[in-house]
Amino acid sequence: MENPVTPIDVRGGIFRTSRLQAIKKDFAKRKLIYFMLLPVVAFYVVFHYWPMYGAIIAFKNFSPARGILGSEWVGYQNFQDFFRSYYFFRVLRNTFLISIYELIFGFPAPILLALLLNELRNKWYKRVVQTVTYLPHFISLMVICGVVTDFLAKDGVINDAIAFFGGSRESFLLLPQWFRTIFVSTSIWQQVGWGSIIYLAALSGIDQQLYEAARMDGAGRFRQIWHITIPGIAPTIMILLILQTGHMMNVGFEKIILLYNPNTFETADVISSFVYRKGLLEMNYGYSAAVGLFNSLINFTLLILANWASKMAKQTSLW
Amino acid sequence: MAIRRTWGEKWFDGVNIAVLFVLMAATLYPLIYVAFASVSDPSLFVRHSGLLLYPQGFTIEAYKLVLNNPMIYISYLNTLLYVVAGTVLNLAMTILGAYALSRKDLYWKNAITLVIVFTMFFSGGLIPLYFTVMDLGLLNNRLALLLPVAINTMNLIIMRTSFLSIPVDLEESATIDGANDFTILQRVILPLSGPIIAVMILYYGVAHWNSWFNAMIFLRDRELYPLQLILREILLSNSTDTMMTDVSSVNKTPVGETIKYATIIVATIPILFVYPFLQRYFVKGVMIGALKG
Repeated sequence: MENPVTPIDVRGGIFRTSRLQAIKKDFAKRKLIYFMLLPVVAFYVVFHYWPMYGAIIAFKNFSPARGILGSEWVGYQNFQDFFRSYYFFRVLRNTFLISIYELIFGFPAPILLALLLNELRNKWYKRVVQTVTYLPHFISLMVICGVVTDFLAKDGVINDAIAFFGGSRESFLLLPQWFRTIFVSTSIWQQVGWGSIIYLAALSGIDQQLYEAARMDGAGRFRQIWHITIPGIAPTIMILLILQTGHMMNVGFEKIILLYNPNTFETADVISSFVYRKGLLEMNYGYSAAVGLFNSLINFTLLILANWASKMAKQTSLW
Repeated sequence: MAIRRTWGEKWFDGVNIAVLFVLMAATLYPLIYVAFASVSDPSLFVRHSGLLLYPQGFTIEAYKLVLNNPMIYISYLNTLLYVVAGTVLNLAMTILGAYALSRKDLYWKNAITLVIVFTMFFSGGLIPLYFTVMDLGLLNNRLALLLPVAINTMNLIIMRTSFLSIPVDLEESATIDGANDFTILQRVILPLSGPIIAVMILYYGVAHWNSWFNAMIFLRDRELYPLQLILREILLSNSTDTMMTDVSSVNKTPVGETIKYATIIVATIPILFVYPFLQRYFVKGVMIGALKG
């Protein structure tokens, strides 16, 4: 966020305008602007800050009938219940593992795709591959999960293939050991093309003279990739890696909810899906809000750290 | 540039083309499978095993059942309403906020920006949001799908950044000519912001089209459901029975199979249809987003 000099700083020194006068003057002058901001600020107050205030039900034994204020305080009871429960370790582990797998397998995939696309000589073929691979990003999660469920069913295409090669049919979505693999691989399938866009843009920014110079020096394609292309997109990779790490414990519940079932809770249930189930399905509001708040705090810390790290990286990556 | 290619490079190029072809096939095949299955003869289709390389027989019976289903029809209209109304609201709010926060000499600008950006880092969580919507009396109300998502903060920042890149001279000369902020926004900023507005329509519109979770938790009446929720019932709960009241019970399961696929096609066609037109904005959208990300 840039910090432009506000009027008070300029005038304060010379005219000794008091702060209040400056505020009044600013308001009189920019009435229309504040009028425009009214609905925007109202939106943030109502749908972001009111819920933040509402999060105090995490410290209450909340019943909707008595309202947020009327419910009795229970201190850290809800948090303690969560920390001591069997679920604490399970949802933390699942959230962490899914994030780690997405980092290890999902993060390099678009980079690899961008490198391969970059090496294509035929521009037409390149455009076709791009058009096709960007597409799944826009297909609804519902359709994707529907197709995944269908393909992985006992009489689905995947099992047909396994049976054809002499394997035995499995109901993959009912087996806990398969959930993470399914979750992460379908995410890669959906997002790899879209994710490559940013790397392709970074690749197009690399100075072509570097390649010419390298060829003069007798460097082959692989050495050009290794010594020019990869260093060229390294800053982009660095920043995106840091940002993804910031979302480490923030696995969205939508796809989890669509793909999991009680059989796979053991490996599939993440913090956010746990919050949803405990709160909105089992109506354990205070407890669920406590888990949600706990998750928000972790995310907040990680994001602040990631932001700080990316600022550092941006400064140092100007090599 | 005619550079002599070594044997290794030729080999690499060939492998590269092949690898990307396999990737394309893996991306497209599920969609092709769905398309073939949707027009297949249900009884032949259930007996078929393995990859589907062409439709098994040909019938549009499944499509007839899908399109005659009142729930599909109602939810389709609902989704169109949510997409159009939601995107219009999103655009209006985002443009107002982005314009105000791109002004240079605004006393409260930094404070308001901080208030807004903070929400990207911290949220009250799902349960408190649910009670906020409940307290506002929006449960089971169409507005519950529009108001809580009226602004996406990331998009607001993207738009503000884009507005900031418009030369100040233009605004200044408009001010000298006596233009107020609404006039400047309308006559100077918006005419110069075609591409970014297109990107916003793309992002917000697709998000509304694909959204289902808020509808699931905030709506009770099926008459208000968006298409995605009906899709969920058909695809993931296997409840195609409601659609087949006039199908003899012997054929029930097979037709249920192909109905699923026909529903997927019907629900995905609009996206596939607008996709080619939106493609030119992808790179721009991603890049503006990344600059501030």
